[in-house]
Amino acid sequence: MTAVQTVSAKSGAAGSAVFPDSDSRRYRYFEPRSKRATHYEDVTVDVQPDPERYLLQDWIIAFPNGKGAYTKDNTAALSSNWHAFRAPDQEWERTHYQRQSKIEAMVQAVIANGRKSGAPKSFDMAWIKILQNHLGAWKHAEFGLGTSLMQAQRYGYTQMINNATLTNSSYKLRLSQDITLYLAEIGMDIPGFDDTAGKRVWLGDKGWQATREAIESIMGSADYLEQYFATNIVFEPLVGELFRSGFLMQVASSNGDFITPPVISSAEADYERNLANTIDLMHILVIDNQHGAHNKKLFQGWVNKHVALANKAAAGLQPIWSQPHSKPVQYADARAQTVERIKKILGELGLTLPKE
Amino acid sequence: MSATLTLNKITAQRGISVGEAAKKIADLGWNPSYVQEAMTFPTDYKITKAPKDPMKQVLRSYFPMQEEKDNRVYGALDAALRGDMFRNVEPRWVEWMKLFLAIIPFPEISAARSMAMVGRLAPGEDLRTGFTMQMVDEFRHSTIQMNLKKWYMENYIDPAGFDITEEAFGKCYATTIGRQFGEGFITGDAITSANVYLTVVAETAFTNTLFVAMPSEAARNGDYALPTVFLSVQSDESRHIGNGHSMLMSMLKEPENHLLLERDMRYAFWQNHAIVDAAIGTFIEYGTTNRDKNKESYAEMWHRWIFEDYYRTYMLPLEKYGIKIHHDDVQTAWKRLTEKHYVHKVAQFFAVGWSANFWRIEAQTERDFEWFEHKYPGWYAQFGEFWKWYEKLSHRGQTNILFNSDVGYVYPHRCWSCLVPCLIREDIVTDEIDGKLHTFAHELDRWTAVEAFAGEYQGRPTPAMGRFSGRREWESVYHNVDIADAIKDLGFVRTDGKTLVAQPHLRFDQKEMWTLDDVRGHILKSPLLTLREMSPADREKHLAEYRKGFTINPCN
Repeated sequence: MTAVQTVSAKSGAAGSAVFPDSDSRRYRYFEPRSKRATHYEDVTVDVQPDPERYLLQDWIIAFPNGKGAYTKDNTAALSSNWHAFRAPDQEWERTHYQRQSKIEAMVQAVIANGRKSGAPKSFDMAWIKILQNHLGAWKHAEFGLGTSLMQAQRYGYTQMINNATLTNSSYKLRLSQDITLYLAEIGMDIPGFDDTAGKRVWLGDKGWQATREAIESIMGSADYLEQYFATNIVFEPLVGELFRSGFLMQVASSNGDFITPPVISSAEADYERNLANTIDLMHILVIDNQHGAHNKKLFQGWVNKHVALANKAAAGLQPIWSQPHSKPVQYADARAQTVERIKKILGELGLTLPKE
Repeated sequence: MSATLTLNKITAQRGISVGEAAKKIADLGWNPSYVQEAMTFPTDYKITKAPKDPMKQVLRSYFPMQEEKDNRVYGALDAALRGDMFRNVEPRWVEWMKLFLAIIPFPEISAARSMAMVGRLAPGEDLRTGFTMQMVDEFRHSTIQMNLKKWYMENYIDPAGFDITEEAFGKCYATTIGRQFGEGFITGDAITSANVYLTVVAETAFTNTLFVAMPSEAARNGDYALPTVFLSVQSDESRHIGNGHSMLMSMLKEPENHLLLERDMRYAFWQNHAIVDAAIGTFIEYGTTNRDKNKESYAEMWHRWIFEDYYRTYMLPLEKYGIKIHHDDVQTAWKRLTEKHYVHKVAQFFAVGWSANFWRIEAQTERDFEWFEHKYPGWYAQFGEFWKWYEKLSHRGQTNILFNSDVGYVYPHRCWSCLVPCLIREDIVTDEIDGKLHTFAHELDRWTAVEAFAGEYQGRPTPAMGRFSGRREWESVYHNVDIADAIKDLGFVRTDGKTLVAQPHLRFDQKEMWTLDDVRGHILKSPLLTLREMSPADREKHLAEYRKGFTINPCN
């Protein structure tokens, strides 16, 4: 403020009078990550308070065990500053709906145009069975991760962590529904297509049981950060990308299917964002001055546990690569790529991939 | 060739029906057999019947619908700026938005979190889809409201108060009421909090006053941004109401839930009344400059939305399922709003404490008096002199009204349950919890804290029920502290280090603005700690005096 003037203001507009803080037009209760707060930070930071920021009276309702609404011990990880994390994808409601809506429009346009041109009828017969059984089973894996993250978003100590987990959940649930409706729609064009087969395969097919076990292990964890970590640091590269990019996206077109790859492609873009968010959070925790060593040890334990499950899951899915008539990609090559990928991810966090 | 073009014959494609799509999506879930999901948010309720999703909506249609709603909201905000909305907005109104918008994003995001709590409780996957969308909706509400607040901060004449909003939320003696509301959605028994308190009562009944009645008043005060945002928010509520009702119907199937439902409906209705009516009633009646006698008062709106719509058409029918409905509670709430002037006493309390707030409160004037007397007969006799005092003491150099003994106001005790003070003085009750004395605004508040929030209810163990905790009486935090030091500690000082964020007027002139020096020299006292220090005899005497109330001295 540089000048003081006496004003009998009639207008409620900014600048119509000058007085102390008449120009204070930024939230001034948190430190932005960069020089100036982003829009995401403005609408996100500190909306979930805590006794450190700024609950003067502490939590005023408790669970029967005496704990308040949010506590740090919902995860075994430790942090000297849980408030430091900012999601690299900077997601807030508007960007979230814009992105999700665009994806839905794209997916529906692809399916509608494909069906109009009679594409599903030209899919290779073996490929149709793969879509029916295996893509049909996969939708349950995506759903499991979505509901698991829906659970996880209740526990984080800050709004930034919980909102990143919430949007991750939303992306996974959207994909599971997209696949469900995609299969139901092409099923109407393909005689004999059974879109209920996927669930039977998911629940009973031997090849899928290790994947189900890996998913249920994530869903069953009572540590929200382990759920988030296991999903994006381990399961997604070793099984998610393996099946989506390493199989569906690469094999579909040579079997006459130009629809499945764009339906699935959005998931890969979703994952890039969710991975960036997860790595950023985990990186803060492994370089924490006070607790870095503890967290690294903890995360390595999570890696060991979930990599073992994911490896078993990937091995269980291996026979699917030999089922299409046209086999432009080998399981071994796809698998090698995912191993490279997870090594890079773990390398960023100073963690190692356990030997098989 | 046909005479008319029938494009749909060329382009139409067979699709699946909404019902079929919803059914297929509800089949995405399964019962885990390798590792069981942890039931980390327990409930004392028993739920065996799978609830149905009444809305049958899928994310494919949900996301585009929400994006379109957003486009309209953000388009309207741009249009408001182009139309120079703030030139004509009433500052009296926008100032109260500093309080309202400090509170509301937390309850909203708490509602998102609470979907995790109910998501695993209900058997079947049908309703989980509904909970999913509610979770994303609530994320929408929280961040869209933060965005609106930022927008006010950037464009309104006095951004102070908006600029410290979330910090102020955690500290202020008024926002403590909002924290009770928001924490109530996420803490304790999962069904009590996330279903009955949040969805069955707050969303189904009280969002009408929050998100429908209040936007109407905003528009009367030149603010058409708030209606745009909040009516868009309210359009999501119908889905949430459906979720809550569906879950409620599942719970009703189990007779052993009925006692808990009776308890929770009673607690939730009463506390929503105590908190929401206190806040929203004050914003609507005291934040407005519009004194059109033909418009509904808050009490009249309450009768329409809460009494007629909610009580008669939602609560009453629950009786046929064997749930005892406490009709007398609804009648008592109505009497508090009309005969006992509940909202007016809350507004008076906020005004008395203005210096420890983070927004400006303007005095009510003769023009306001006439409207209040018309809508609430007897108002002037109780409150007219007070507001004259408030105006008189709004000038620097006067003694802060909080400590000015000429006025005759007696600072109230705080209710340990709803956290609104015991403003209807004759209703104050006391009781002990774990050997400690507490004050309550009404017998129902005592019942809530002492009987409902306990490990046993009417002989039935309720191990999942929450407890009231923390330093619930705000005043005890600053017991025996100079008000100036308390304000400084709260951070409710402008960046010049001396001017208060709050002001008892709308004069945007530095000379008129109160500073720490203008309020220094008066010591805050906790009414509760003071009461506890008294001998039993003195305490009874004090409470008897308290129940008699006070008289505001004539203001000349």
